[in-house]
Amino acid sequence: MSEGRSRSERWAPQQVWRRIWSVIALPLISILLALLVGAIVIIASQLVLPGAQFNLLLPLTAYSALLQGAFGSFDAIVDTLVATAPLVLGGLSVGFAFKAGLFNIGAQGQFLLGALGSVAVGIALAGSSPLVAISLALLAGLLAGAAWGFIPGFLKAVSGAHEVVVTIMLNYVARYVIGAVVGGPLRQQGRSEAITPDVGNAGLPILIGNSGHAGIVLALVAVVFIAWLLFRTTLGFEIRTVGANPDAARYAGMRPRVLTILTMSLAGGLAGLAGAVVVLGVQHNMTPSFVSTVGFDSIAVALLGRTNPVGIVFAALLFGALRAGATLMQIEAGIPVELIDVLQATILLFLVANPVLRRVFRLRGVKTGIETTETITKTYGGETPVA
Amino acid sequence: MDQLIGGLYGIPIVGLVFQFGGYLIAVLPSIAPGILQAATPIAFAALCGVMCERAGVVNIGIEGIMITAAFVGWYTGVLLAPSMGSVDLGLFGANLALVIALIVALLSGVVISALHAWLSISIRADQIISGTIINIAALGLTGYLNNLISKTSPNGAGAFTQFRPPRELLDLPIVGWILGMFLSQGPIAMSVIVIVVVFQVLLFRSRWGLRSRAVGEHPRAAETVGIDVIRVRYRNVLYGGVFAALGGAYLSMEATNSFQQEMTTGRGFIGLAAMIVGRWTPLGAFGAALLFSSSTALGNSIKFALPSGDLGTILAGLPDQFYDALPYLVTIVILAGVVGRSIPPAADGQPYEREATT
Repeated sequence: MSEGRSRSERWAPQQVWRRIWSVIALPLISILLALLVGAIVIIASQLVLPGAQFNLLLPLTAYSALLQGAFGSFDAIVDTLVATAPLVLGGLSVGFAFKAGLFNIGAQGQFLLGALGSVAVGIALAGSSPLVAISLALLAGLLAGAAWGFIPGFLKAVSGAHEVVVTIMLNYVARYVIGAVVGGPLRQQGRSEAITPDVGNAGLPILIGNSGHAGIVLALVAVVFIAWLLFRTTLGFEIRTVGANPDAARYAGMRPRVLTILTMSLAGGLAGLAGAVVVLGVQHNMTPSFVSTVGFDSIAVALLGRTNPVGIVFAALLFGALRAGATLMQIEAGIPVELIDVLQATILLFLVANPVLRRVFRLRGVKTGIETTETITKTYGGETPVA
Repeated sequence: MDQLIGGLYGIPIVGLVFQFGGYLIAVLPSIAPGILQAATPIAFAALCGVMCERAGVVNIGIEGIMITAAFVGWYTGVLLAPSMGSVDLGLFGANLALVIALIVALLSGVVISALHAWLSISIRADQIISGTIINIAALGLTGYLNNLISKTSPNGAGAFTQFRPPRELLDLPIVGWILGMFLSQGPIAMSVIVIVVVFQVLLFRSRWGLRSRAVGEHPRAAETVGIDVIRVRYRNVLYGGVFAALGGAYLSMEATNSFQQEMTTGRGFIGLAAMIVGRWTPLGAFGAALLFSSSTALGNSIKFALPSGDLGTILAGLPDQFYDALPYLVTIVILAGVVGRSIPPAADGQPYEREATT
């Protein structure tokens, strides 16, 4: 787009702003419109529900509590960062798979298995030196998640079973695996409620504030690593080629089957690491009913971040802030935290419906919302896309 | 005979297979109605999938349509029960509020489907992303409203009850339990069989069916012979919404009389697997749904009464969660085993763009 321009022209303030605008215009408009829709939902739900007091300003109360809960104090900001870290890793997991034309809806299950793996090793090494305990516990989370991601990758490569159905099934299986293992072998003896022992020295060190653990740094390292892998290595090039055009990749001598398995395993590992970060950094133990919204939020993070590692960081920050602030919103305005899911879906809706936004807001030259994922549906169904 | 059975059961390892077969034959008549009940929401999800994908639209938002219908049906019942709940209709334990609530639930399914149709047919968005958005939105919104409503824990309009076929019919040898399986059911579960058969015939024997399949296989060719591709796709996706909504309504208005957050627990996706295993035909999808649901029913049966012998000892050692996870595991295994030989409609998932008129 700027072939004829000199380097200094390209970096002129006006050009830089134009390029930034072309990237953030659609997400920004989508977010603002979603907040508007959220406000309408809050107001409308008061009308539908009998006995609720009608308050036209409730959305303002809710959003200001949300903002305060996310950025209102130093502790709040740290909490937002803590909520952001697993979302970065999860978003990378889903986004990385998108690059290869795979839809990893299974981040949820891989997250749970990663958490389980890290807590199992963490308990065993609770008394050893922190360096050993932490690194091995994190590695266990990574491997457990990778194993859970390997299954759909392998099945897709071998039989053509679409990863969407398989990973969703595995999400449910993961939930029961947690229940069985935490309620069984890992359960702490002598306590009435089912809960694992503390991970002790395997807990991540706190770096900032009261809760800002090292997982935040780990997430940023992962961003750099994935960006390097995708854009600076042959493997990354092959993954992106398979995602853009599986046929072309095959004719060029790449092996889509191997790449599918590898990508899903790596994506699983990233989601598993997200689980490890939550367990080792925040919970320090696990109950059979351990759940989190991270897995599903990751899909929204990856899409909003346009599957780009840097975009994912900003998207994760947004959803991390929403999750961190939602608690205060629930307390102060009585708004259920599920409002965040509604906001999330609405943001994605506007991104997907970007042709309409372009027309309405007369946007020109801005990048499309979600263009890198167009191959996913093509590979759907029973055909063997990676044969 | 008993000696023979005892001999077969006694063979090491292989004997376990016989023991399992014996257990299956013994419990099948008693769990058969439960199999159809567990299959009902899955079958409706699968029928929705067949309806949409035969016309070339991938719909993974089925889960979202189901949970929406389950919620809307239940909550409409809550609102109508005080005024119309006492108008008894004398069939299936239905009252006026319940019937109206069911109709509203089906309409809600059509509305959600319309969103998916618009995104995937008119906007030509990635259909899997569109379905995902519907799932997140539906689970979030129903969870949000349920959270607000459950503070008052209101009473719904009740649930449809099962038909009680005459005892003599059920006592018939051999066919008795099969009749019981299909007749000892509420109206929604019973309607599955009718809908499957009618859908199967229409899809392969009617003009509408031929047009739908043409649009799903080769939309360009369909357009050249004068079929309005966009219109057929919209219509099928909206019809599919009715099916998915029936599956959702079944959960909150027939299987139970209340709504729980995330009560669909992946049945929309199991339905998609059933559709694939059933090779995109209504009958096949129904059969696959029965296969998947029998694992649920069997798991419940084993938890309730263990088989005797070595098999029982082995099964007793497995944690309860294994049986809860069984339907999902069975779905994965069967899907992976069958999928390579199951071919989707050629234009499945591809947005259609009219050629510019010159």
